[in-house]
Parts: sequence; C-alpha cells; structure tokens
Amino acid sequence: MGSEFLGMVNYWLSAILLLLGLHGMLMRRNLIKKLMAMNVMQVAVIMFFISLAMKTGGTAPIEQPGITEVDAYINPLPHALMLTAIVVGVSTTGVALALLIRIYRYYGTLEESELLERMQE
Amino acid sequence: MRTPFGSSILDAACRLPVPFIILFAVYVVIHGHHSPGGGFQGGAILAATLILIRMVRGEDDPWGLDRTRAAILASCGVGLYAGIGLLTLVFGGNYLDYSVLPLPLVPEKVRFMGTLGIEIGVALGVTGVLVLIFDALTAGETQESDDGK
Amino acid sequence: MSQHVPVLIVIIPLVAALFVPLIALRTMAWARALTFLALLGVVACSGAALTRALATGPLHYELGGWAPPWGIVYVLDPLSGGMALLIGIVAALVAVYTQPYLKSWSTSRAGIFLSLFLLLVTGLLGIVVTGDLFNLYVFLEISSLAGYALLASGSIHSAVATFRYLIVGTIAATFYLLGVGYLYALTGSLNMADVAIRLSDIGHSGAFAVAITFIVVGLSIKAALFPLHGWLPDAYTYAPAPVIGFISAVMAKVGAYALFRVLYFVLRPTEAASQVLTGLSWVAAIAILAGSLLAIAQRDVRRMLAYSSISQMGYIFLGLALGTPSALKGALLHVLNHAIMKGCLFLAAGGVQWRTGGYRLEDFIGMSRRMPLTMAAIVLAAISMIGLPPTAGFFSKWYLVQGAIEAHAWVFAAVFIASSLLNAVYFFRLIEWAYLRQPKPQPSLSSPPLYQELPMQMLLPIWVLATSVLLLGLFNQSVVNGIIQYAIQPEGS
Repeated sequence: MGSEFLGMVNYWLSAILLLLGLHGMLMRRNLIKKLMAMNVMQVAVIMFFISLAMKTGGTAPIEQPGITEVDAYINPLPHALMLTAIVVGVSTTGVALALLIRIYRYYGTLEESELLERMQE
Repeated sequence: MRTPFGSSILDAACRLPVPFIILFAVYVVIHGHHSPGGGFQGGAILAATLILIRMVRGEDDPWGLDRTRAAILASCGVGLYAGIGLLTLVFGGNYLDYSVLPLPLVPEKVRFMGTLGIEIGVALGVTGVLVLIFDALTAGETQESDDGK
Repeated sequence: MSQHVPVLIVIIPLVAALFVPLIALRTMAWARALTFLALLGVVACSGAALTRALATGPLHYELGGWAPPWGIVYVLDPLSGGMALLIGIVAALVAVYTQPYLKSWSTSRAGIFLSLFLLLVTGLLGIVVTGDLFNLYVFLEISSLAGYALLASGSIHSAVATFRYLIVGTIAATFYLLGVGYLYALTGSLNMADVAIRLSDIGHSGAFAVAITFIVVGLSIKAALFPLHGWLPDAYTYAPAPVIGFISAVMAKVGAYALFRVLYFVLRPTEAASQVLTGLSWVAAIAILAGSLLAIAQRDVRRMLAYSSISQMGYIFLGLALGTPSALKGALLHVLNHAIMKGCLFLAAGGVQWRTGGYRLEDFIGMSRRMPLTMAAIVLAAISMIGLPPTAGFFSKWYLVQGAIEAHAWVFAAVFIASSLLNAVYFFRLIEWAYLRQPKPQPSLSSPPLYQELPMQMLLPIWVLATSVLLLGLFNQSVVNGIIQYAIQPEGS
C-alpha cells in the first residue's frame, strides 16, 4: 500500500493542486487570487498528462543515435500536447490580466465585495 | 516600466547579456529537433530580451519593436506558419504535409526543414504577442480606453 | 483543390484574421472587404462540403498527410457540414450588420474587432470540423479567448461579467482536457473514431467514469446547461450588439454539438453513456422550466433573451438525451431554428438600442411606429420562439414532442408544452410594450422622430433572418429529410 502510494505521488499531487485551484477560483473574493488559482489548476492538469507519459527506465524523447527501442524513450505525445496547453494558459492569463487592469483602472479595487458595491452606484 | 530606472549600472549590466540571450534564443529555436526547445520556447526567450530592455530603459526605448511593429511581427510569424501549410497545398499534398516540399534532400530532412520553417514562424509570432501583452499591461493611463458602448 | 475543402474552412478565416488588422491600418474598406470575402469563402466551402457529404458520404481529411490514429483528421459528415454552413451564414450576416458600428469606432478598434471576430469564427468552425479530441480542446480555447475579448469590448460592466465568464470557461476547458487525458490513459489514442473502437473493450472502470464525468461537466458548462449556466446572463447582457447577436446564435450550440459528438460517437458503445443521457434529460427538463420562469422576471430585454436562450438550450439537450429519431431530428432542427431566431432577436434588440440607447422594456415603447420593420421582424421571431405554425419554431417543437411521446416520456412532453406557454408570456409582453403602450408625453424639444428606421446594413441581416424563420417553417420537411436525417445516422451506416 505504501509503495503504491509512493509510486503515484505525481497523481496525488496533481489531484491536490487541482482541488486547490478549483477552491481558489470559486471561493476567493479577490479577482487576482482567482486568476492565480486558475494557473494552479492548469499546472495540475499539465502535471497529470506528463505523469502519464513516464515509462520505467525511459529517458527524454530525443533521438540518440544507436538507441532505437521504443521502451528507451518516454512517450513524447503528452509532452507535445502540454506545450500547447501551456501556450493556451499563457494566452488566457494575458487576456485575464488585461481585463483586470481595465477593471482596476475604472473601479480602483479588485476585491469582489467592494467591486459589487461600486458597480451598484 | 514606463519610466527608465535611470541607473547607468543597470543599463551597462543589461547590455552585456542581451546578445547572448538572443543567440541562445535562436539556438533554442533551431535546435528544437535535437534538444529540448522549439518555437514557443525560443520565442519566449527572445521576448524576454525585449522585455528586459523595456524594463531597464523605459517605454520610450522600445528597441525598434513598438506596438505596431510587434503586431506586424506576430501576424507575419503566424502567417509564415499558415503560408508553409498553403505551400504544401500548392504542391499537391495535404495541408502541412512537408514531404511534398520541393527541397533536394532526403525525405526525413525535408520534413525537418518544414518543421524548422514553422518553428521559426511560431517563434516570431510568440515574440510579437508576448511583447504586445507586456506593452498592453504596462501602458500608462493616457492610452485610449473604450468605456463607451 | 476541392478535396482540401475541410481544411480551407478553418484556414480561410484564420489567415484573414491575421492580416485584417494590418490592412485596417492602411484602409478600413479593404479590411472590411477581406472579412466579408473570407466569410463568404467559408460559406462556399462548407456548402460544397455539405453537398459532397450528402452525396458520397463523410469527407475525411488527414492533416499533414499522417493517417489516423497518429494524425489529426478533419471529418465533414452532414452534421458537421451543416453546422459549419450555419456558422458561416450567421457570421456573414453579422459582418454586414456590424458596418454601422465599425464606422462609429476608431480604426484600430474596428480592425481588432474584425480580427477577433474572424478568430472566433475560426475556433467555432474548428470545433465543428475536427475529429480529434485534443484538437477540439485547442479550437475550444481559441473560440473562448476570442469570445472573451469580444464580449469585454463593451462598457466596463462587460469587463467584470467577462472576467467571471473567463474563470468559469477556463474551468470548463480544463475539465474537458482532464477528461481527454483520462481517455488517453485508457485507450492510448486521441482520435474520436479510434477511441470509440477501443472503448468497446474497456467496460467499467473508475478511470472511465472519471473521464466521462469531467468531459460532460466541462462541455455542459460551455453549452450553458442548467445549473452550470450562471455565466451566460451577465455575459450576454453587457456585450456589444453585433457580438451578442453572433455569440447567442452559435456559441452555446457548438458546445452542445461537441457534447453530442462525444456522447453519441465517441462513447457510443458503452452503457455509461446512456446513464449520462438519462441524467442529462432530467437536468435539461429543469433547465427548460427554470430558464423560462427566470426570463419572465426580467425587465432588461437582453437579460430576458439570455434566460430564454438557457431554456432553449434545454430543449436541444432534452432532444439529444431522449435519443429517439424524432427527438434527434427535433433537437438538430431546433439548433438551426434557434440560431436564426435568437440571432434575429438579439440583432433587432441591438438595433433598438442603436436608436434609443437602452435595452429596457420602457425603451421599446412606441417602437412599432418608429421602427416598424424592425419590430415586425421581432414579432415574427417571437412567434417562432413561442412555437406557433407556420413558423420554424413550431416544427422543431413538434418533432421534439413527438420524440418524447415515442420514448414514452410523458413528463417531458408536458414540459415542452408548458414552456411554450411560459415563452408566450414574456414574448407577448415585449410585443405589447412595443405596440400597445403609449409613450409618455415628452416636452417638444426632446420628442423622438416619428419614423427612424435602422440603416440598411443593419436591417438587411435582421430581415434575412426573419424571413428564414418563415421559410424554414414552410420548408422544414425538405430540410429534415434532406440534411438532418443523414446527420443523425451514426458514421458508417
């Protein structure tokens, strides 16, 4: 049981990060904290995919001359997918930050409670 | 980010690494096939160079890449990617099928050159976009704000 | 060249989106022309693809020359071809509608708007055309990001509403990605058809349940299924009029399309899919009733139409979940009809706001005299939303009720009919305020002009959509038998 847990630490960590990110996005009142939690959640998913790619005894999926067995290299597909996911995360963060700057310049605050007050006026 | 730090030490200190960072960025882009790297990573490093200059010298020294030029760079970068794809359409293959490109090389090398082409396009696009994001986020309040309907 | 149609559908608006802002720096007229040409190109390509798909079977296009399951495949069967055609036509109409708005904005803002619009169209077309699970995630995010930027380009209120939508939408896309990761771990493939084949050997497992849960929840958020609809009213209410006209017509439906693809094509051989569909049907029934009830309570016309959209998405989900042939035909016909009806309503409401500056029911008073053509279009679309013959709305609801009866789901048939009555309440109220209420006597200095219709560029798309509502109603048989009937057949049969 212990060794099963130790072998799966990646997945446990990914699950914990996912839940932390989700909690932050839904429960935190400050908009910047929501954005940070969003990044944490995306990192959790990226870690999950990368952990899927691992093979015992495999090395980085860069071709080394002379070594041609498939099992010598880990699965490169999830890594390629996660590059795309990282880029998507960066773009989403960029758009979110632009929105937050606009909100901050107009209302002067990023706390949700104060924001709602100022929006009613 | 808008006003320069005004320190000659910082200015001199950033002059030293910048050429090496650019060289490293180009290395990362071109060696994406043989080592960790590729278009996005190299583009991010190149954008880091430009952002470093902006942070040290302030907004008035965009180092040749002001907002319009950054937008043009981004569009042309992604356009290079799409253009190589359309080129493969012209030569009869499916979209982004590099093996039909008329280069006098072994088929694996032809695919390698095609991938290198699109990676360069991606690097340019990513550089332009990251610099644009940085400029948009640190622009002063005098920028136009469309609060109307 | 014609065999490259599947990829051209996505590449044409993408390349146009790249170069429109650069061209707009020089001449705005060329930029607008390029946008419209690109959208016409999309309509032409998807029309050609649809006719090919109906004649000879689904088109498969391998990107990069790599065969599936290693490569990404674009699939154009009647369903995706029809959705692509719908997106293209609505986008072209909205592009015409936007012209007066573009003239009132600065050049750079107008150029960026057109570019974002084309990127949104690219993303939606990509979702519809792709046959790869991860490719769907990429296009989902492309359309979402362009959507966020467009929705936030209105007043400052829209920025706050869009940030909330951004958070919720990113949760949705991340859940979908996580589900795809679990499916990849189970089957080792990302190609939709390949996963479907491999899943038939898997059977029950914890990972599969997690995968299906995450994917369904993620796509349901995107498709605004109650109770995951919270982002929709705020996002729809504050957006600029051309944006909301397009997004309301198309975006949630593409989410529903993605869910349909996953549940019916990818997960088809498994019984977990049927359990999900049963749960979905009950949630959809609640969505129908809740959406209509909440719509009645609104005073702002846009918010009312937004809640009405939630209710109509419930119709589509319930039809998809029931699964009988009539229900599926009704659901797909309703996708088409609702896109046209809701698009017409939002564009017309935007037109009223263009003249009066407001969206509340009070701003609609006296519109019947001031903007008779626009209000007539609203009346036509409203009658179709309620579901009276011979408009299109009646026939899609007829198929849905028939489907519910075929499945012996009497409760759902009753839900359909009850919600039509609820729809009548708030739509007739809008028509009453516009036609029957007298405007308060104004001091003569500020009395509005007696007849002030919209500019032709805004009126034309509204009326094209309104007449389509009538035409689709009259010719619904040929639409159903010609296209939709083939769209609901599983691949290969």
